[in-house]
Amino acid sequence: MRARSKRLWGVAIAGVLLVSAVTLSAVALKQHADLFYTPQLLAEQGQPEAGKRVRIGGWVQIDSIEYGEGADMIFLIEDGSGQTLEVSYTGVVPDLFREGEGVVATGRFDETGAFTAENILAKHDENYQPRELKNARQATS
Amino acid sequence: MIEAGHFAAFLALILSFFQAGQGLMGQRRAAGLSAIVAFGAMTFSFVTLIVAFATSDFSVQLVAANSHTLKPFVYKIAGTWGNHEGSMALWCLVGIGFGAVAAKLLATGRPTFEARALGVQGLLNGGALLYLLLASSPFTRLDPAPLQGAGLNPLLQDPALAAHPPMLYLGYVGYSFVFALAAAGLIEGRIDRVWARTARLWALAAFVPLTLGIALGSYWAYYELGWGGWWFWDPVENASLMPWLIGAALLHSVIVTEKRGSFGVWTALLAVLAFCFSMLGAFLVRSGVLTSVHAFAVDPLRGSLLLAGLLVFGGAALILFALRAGKLEAGPNWTTGSREGALMGNNLVLIVATATVLLGTLFPLIAEAAGQTMSVGEPYFNLTFTPIMSLALIALPIVQAWSWGKAALSSLWKWGAAFAGIVAVFWLAGIGPFDIPLLAGIGLAIAVWLIAGAAMEIWRRAKTARRLGKMPARVWGMTLAHAGLGFFVLGAVLETSGRAHTTIALQEGQATSVAGWQLTLDDVESIEGPNWYAERATLTARRGGTVAELQPHKRFYPAAQMPTTETAIHKTGLADLYVALGDGRRNTQGETRWTFEVFLNPFIDLIYLGTILIGLGAFLSMFGRKTKVKEAEA
Repeated sequence: MRARSKRLWGVAIAGVLLVSAVTLSAVALKQHADLFYTPQLLAEQGQPEAGKRVRIGGWVQIDSIEYGEGADMIFLIEDGSGQTLEVSYTGVVPDLFREGEGVVATGRFDETGAFTAENILAKHDENYQPRELKNARQATS
Repeated sequence: MIEAGHFAAFLALILSFFQAGQGLMGQRRAAGLSAIVAFGAMTFSFVTLIVAFATSDFSVQLVAANSHTLKPFVYKIAGTWGNHEGSMALWCLVGIGFGAVAAKLLATGRPTFEARALGVQGLLNGGALLYLLLASSPFTRLDPAPLQGAGLNPLLQDPALAAHPPMLYLGYVGYSFVFALAAAGLIEGRIDRVWARTARLWALAAFVPLTLGIALGSYWAYYELGWGGWWFWDPVENASLMPWLIGAALLHSVIVTEKRGSFGVWTALLAVLAFCFSMLGAFLVRSGVLTSVHAFAVDPLRGSLLLAGLLVFGGAALILFALRAGKLEAGPNWTTGSREGALMGNNLVLIVATATVLLGTLFPLIAEAAGQTMSVGEPYFNLTFTPIMSLALIALPIVQAWSWGKAALSSLWKWGAAFAGIVAVFWLAGIGPFDIPLLAGIGLAIAVWLIAGAAMEIWRRAKTARRLGKMPARVWGMTLAHAGLGFFVLGAVLETSGRAHTTIALQEGQATSVAGWQLTLDDVESIEGPNWYAERATLTARRGGTVAELQPHKRFYPAAQMPTTETAIHKTGLADLYVALGDGRRNTQGETRWTFEVFLNPFIDLIYLGTILIGLGAFLSMFGRKTKVKEAEA
């Protein structure tokens, strides 16, 4: 009987661990799954909540890159739909970040609706581009 | 030449299926012999591929697509496995190699069991070879042969990355033999102490290279990608972490089966799962279903074939498992507060942690099916994986002192108080002179706890200095691995919480100060390598009396039309000063400002030291006396 009650303790601990892990994962996914938008989707669905991390994908509009102080820069993302989004970014851009090329910017909108990127992803090589972009291009072309 | 290699691979295929047939019928000698001959054939086949790469034989399609005459010789050779087809050939070679070594070394006194294990291994190898020859043949000729090749992805032209795939594959594919042992044990209906003694050694033989392979990959990402980090929770990285976690769970559960005869069902399940996760990893990495920051040749059709392989082999093993699990013997009784209970707890945490990684990795796929595009990044894993694993790490030093069957738990409160004390020290230090956030304080406490716990455990077992020298290798191995875990946590916490990162933009001759260092950009010049040219910045870094020269550069490989970042790292012993060269930006006055990412990464070497210690500890614990199994074994 005693051994059994001790075994029950083990089952209880395991149960608590499992329930907390599931809850934790659900909360973490709800808060931290970064939604992906193209400029067109942003125009359709409205701007996501300020401060929430999102990913914006598209192409760097030709002649849109402007450099500011230090490593600051501004550029436009377009997706072929006529909609664009202005991105501010401070930092080094990836090797294959170029006007007219695919890009995915991870960052946040602030209260005024300005988007600041924390991270810029461009394709790695001539044959590869982010998967989301492939779908976006199919949708817009 | 390559035709001979192609033929040899076919021979290996036939031999593997012969090995499977003979083995499953219980013919130990015939199965063993064909395993060894198959290994000879596959080695020859792989050598012909290496020769084709070494001699830049562009009449072979794979070489033309992935090599170049100007490439340095060592990367010509490493290029053999730096592509999809070649790496699958390596996968086959390693799997067949494990079969051949097992054919030589297996001596359990159970010839039918051994034959069946070799038989299952033959099936797995045969499946891999079928996939190689039918869906991704590296032996295809190209007519007419081009005069020049397209070049290897420049990111892969790096010493760490040349060694990374073979190491990783020794781990991934090593689990195929663990899988084979489990399947054979289930066929025989005997997952007992003799079985566990053998299975443990093979599980270690896969775990050691997997650990080192992951560390190599992480180190490469750190200095080659120019992002200053060492782990990005990228799907490709998670694909290697999941089999590692299952493998770690297996190493702990198989001890219970070996020493006590308990947990047999569970251990067999883990042994099957470890290889299933290896195959899942191969599928995730190669099918392109997930967005990864790491460049990989992806192909959806080949991906779905890998998935089919996973379903066939994994499914068959699970059916076998379901048929036999009820018939396996349970060991002696145990309570929650015993070493069995402790190791079960370890397994529970590792499995739950694996599940959170799996969920985070696959969630974008699930969301996509529901019409949402999203990605899951670091914050998710920090919120789930990290606290769950922390629980196990806090418990580790406490529960490893518990005895088999039933332990005295009266001193539990002392342990709890000791840990709370360490946390309190770091927390108080955080309020005081050192600026340590509470979470980092807990992390540091866990690290100290683990290292001190490892030292105490070995002293508890030895009691005297004289007996310390006579400790079995596996006790030292365990201690080293647990201490390594502590050093890893120490490095990870210090690096993550203490990292400083700034982006700077400088013209030639300008200076700025970053994280206590004065950085001057002396000049930026063009240089040329064997198959690349580059812009190289020369910076002088000064701090106190220390002067260091850093030369980060940005290479361009014309053959592949691709740039790469070569970071410059100055090691100060305590921290890495890490500089990556960014783009040059020309202003309206025609002056060029160069951008740099500058990181100060404190104690990052501890992360790699810890990982190497884990690998070394696992390696050590393969040696020493065999556990004696007393029961009469038929």
